[in-house]
Amino acid sequence: MKKRWIALGLVMVMAGTLAAGCGSGEGETAGSTPGTTALEEGGSDELYVYNWGEYIDEDVIAQFEEETGIRVIYDLFETNEEMYPIIESGSIAYDVVCPSDYMIQRMLENDLLAEIDFSHVPNVSQIDPAYMDMSKAFDPDNRYSVPYCWGTVGILYNTKRLEELGVEPPTKWADLWDERLSGEILMQDSVRDAFMVALKKNGFSMNSTDEGELQQAKEDLISQKPLVQAYVIDQVRDKMIGGEAAVGVIYSGEMLYVQGEVENLGLDYELEYVLPEEGTNLWLDSWVIPKNAKNKENAEKWIDFLCRPEIAKLNFEYITYPTPNKGAFDLLDDDMKNNKTVFPDIDTLQNSEVFSYLGYDVDSLYNDFWKEVKSK
Amino acid sequence: MNRQNFHTGFYRKELLAGPYLVWAAGFIVIPLLLIVYYGLTDRAGAFTLDNIKSILAPEHAKSLWLALALSFASTAICLVLAYPLAMILRKRGVGKGSFIVFLFILPMWMNFLLRTLAWQTLLEKNGVINGILSLLHLPPQSLINTSGAIILGMVYNFLPFMVLPVYNVLCKIDDDTINAARDLGANFTQTLLRIWIPLSVPGIISGITMVFVPALTTFVISNLLGGSKILLIGNVIEQEFTRGSNWHLGAGLSLVLMAFILASMALIAKYDKNGEGSAF
Amino acid sequence: MARFKHFFRQAWQNAYLALMVMFLYAPIGTMMVLSFNASKSRTQWGGFTLRWYTQMFASRNIVAALQNTLLIAFLSALIATAIGLAASIAINGMKTAPKAILIGVTNIPMLNADIVTGISLMLAFIAFGISLGFQTLLIAHITFNIPYVILSIMPKLKQTNRSAYEAAMDLGAGPVYAFFKIVFPDILPGVLSGFLLAFTMSLDDFIITHFTKGAGINTLSTLIYSEVRRGIRPSMYALSTVIFVTVLLLLIASNFAPRKKEKV
Repeated sequence: MKKRWIALGLVMVMAGTLAAGCGSGEGETAGSTPGTTALEEGGSDELYVYNWGEYIDEDVIAQFEEETGIRVIYDLFETNEEMYPIIESGSIAYDVVCPSDYMIQRMLENDLLAEIDFSHVPNVSQIDPAYMDMSKAFDPDNRYSVPYCWGTVGILYNTKRLEELGVEPPTKWADLWDERLSGEILMQDSVRDAFMVALKKNGFSMNSTDEGELQQAKEDLISQKPLVQAYVIDQVRDKMIGGEAAVGVIYSGEMLYVQGEVENLGLDYELEYVLPEEGTNLWLDSWVIPKNAKNKENAEKWIDFLCRPEIAKLNFEYITYPTPNKGAFDLLDDDMKNNKTVFPDIDTLQNSEVFSYLGYDVDSLYNDFWKEVKSK
Repeated sequence: MNRQNFHTGFYRKELLAGPYLVWAAGFIVIPLLLIVYYGLTDRAGAFTLDNIKSILAPEHAKSLWLALALSFASTAICLVLAYPLAMILRKRGVGKGSFIVFLFILPMWMNFLLRTLAWQTLLEKNGVINGILSLLHLPPQSLINTSGAIILGMVYNFLPFMVLPVYNVLCKIDDDTINAARDLGANFTQTLLRIWIPLSVPGIISGITMVFVPALTTFVISNLLGGSKILLIGNVIEQEFTRGSNWHLGAGLSLVLMAFILASMALIAKYDKNGEGSAF
Repeated sequence: MARFKHFFRQAWQNAYLALMVMFLYAPIGTMMVLSFNASKSRTQWGGFTLRWYTQMFASRNIVAALQNTLLIAFLSALIATAIGLAASIAINGMKTAPKAILIGVTNIPMLNADIVTGISLMLAFIAFGISLGFQTLLIAHITFNIPYVILSIMPKLKQTNRSAYEAAMDLGAGPVYAFFKIVFPDILPGVLSGFLLAFTMSLDDFIITHFTKGAGINTLSTLIYSEVRRGIRPSMYALSTVIFVTVLLLLIASNFAPRKKEKV
């Protein structure tokens, strides 16, 4: 009954001011009625993290919370394109975000990032300098980002299914245009990844800004569409494990999980990964701190924590994406260090590129073309 | 004294609308005006009609056309399935009827996404239906990621919205009217065409709008059952906002969509003046 | 002959009913069965297990989402009922023109597409500078709930006997006292059904929540959506089963205990 009167009073307050905050945005605080305004100034015990799905070991979050007493509010995005407008609009003030290379560049160009105070992130020294160099492509002075994971994009294929279809295992992107694979292809449902496949297939740069090349890529994607079973993102992994499709475009880091799962389930087929000959997307996801972050110091503690070799190793074992953390790499056993699927040699990546942000106009062009593909 | 009392009472009553007025202004009217504002401006904030005109661009026109076609189809299927069902339910309505009616409402209370998820499970390539087919030594069918799967998802999710208003209206038809028609020698088809359907128009119309509007604007069903291969107008709008290249364009397309909704509102106002056909 | 025809019609009707029930329940039934399947495969039975249930309840995300969903549904229904009740009383006493305008405004969220409502609210929150989170979800849910409350209460208010209310005031009762003694008991069923309707609408909403939710907050709907896009897990089947059984029990309790067959 009391609650009812609180709520009733609240109605009047809210109707008047609209400002009444409402506890903190977490589910565990079920006890907090909307009357208790969030501790705006005491916000330093919170950290808003925005990360990819399945991109951290949950134990790592728990450890961080335990060690620092900071409560982590953890949120997921599925594509860079989905993440960007949220940060841009400032509708939610995240403290630390993990976008990819070209998106970091875009955020920098639009002045959305805060400089990281590296005196709070001593463990950054654990990151292999090679990846700090790679970062310079989008963060020229290494001032705004700390690498978290890197990897490639390739083709995952189901050996048994391909045999049934009488198709040789794919070696290049062009194999995804094989008529015999009708209804057996899983493509990535994000604009840059999809265009990367088509551009690379034609021998163009995946950062092409040439309208003619893009036009051709678009036509190719349209002609490929009847063969495509679905455009998905994270589902590629489970669909391939479930034997839903013969080939799928997938991030390299999923491989360990996929192969482990195939073994666990005792499946009668094998899933293999290939880096296409034409070259592929070499990507790097890094932690950045948005300009409107409210808990910048906590964000730096977070980044520092994740750079610790033991933590990075724990994370690597869970998410299985190659880690740029030298310290963590050294802790791995030799089998893993030599696993070429996970840690490919740099010389096999000659044709590969890192995405860069192409500016608003070209970006819109990509988006429009992609929409045309999807609506065909 | 009495008069005065009445007056103050009346005055206070009007004040009771205060919270709602503020609420409605802040969270219904202003948000809609914002959509109009975004829809009619470009990134620089200058007035433009381009966002609205862009519905004519082939990819948008096609997604609107597809959405219209699929929602027409699913509305029609819903009507065809629901009408006989409502007639039977009405007939059995007395006594145990309430349990059967309950049976048809129950799935509606299940989470909408879980219902759609259920169909994904059934329709996938290695899903339940193909599993049963292969047990029967029949060739597997590709069911998921087709327009058919989307229509199925729409029909399944929105069927109760058609059954309920039609059932409510049918229940109001007097048995005597039907019996009189029959006594006068009308056969089933005649009673159906001359009595049942004309008397249930309000329910049918409200059922149609209740199915058509959510079907026309969905992006979830097409996403989950269409494998992102089939782009409906709802998907286009959702993507403009969430993968977000262009909110102005998304708002402009929303305005176009609202025009279609207004049209169906006008339709319902014309046929259902007394609100008899409402589902609740 | 007539009897045969009657029998035939009965049989046809039963068959049709059975078919429709099957159509509606087959998917739900399938999920329930699969929730106990030890194998992740959807076509092979790998033995009985409760693993997916323990996995589900152990998941911090699912439990948090469940709490959020219930909390938001309860609070939004409660606040919407309060605002809606006050508004209904006021609207009921209004003259035609303002009444028509207010009812028109009330109809907007009901008839508008959810996607438009969701987007418009999101734009408004950003314009007002309210950061997306629990509070915006609550406001959004209250907004789309109020119309359902008003629509449930208005018909009841129309039926109330105005003269009894006026008579009470003639006898010296204050308007508030007269309202709670005379009018409120009459409209109580409408208020309750408005509350319940609001509660369930809030439980079931996905689209508006999708656009207005903020950091780290999920309702069951948004959680399921992101899970489904990542691939179906058996713990989702377990969740479906739990929800279905809960709804079933609740509905049986509320529909058949007091024997009122009026709502919905």
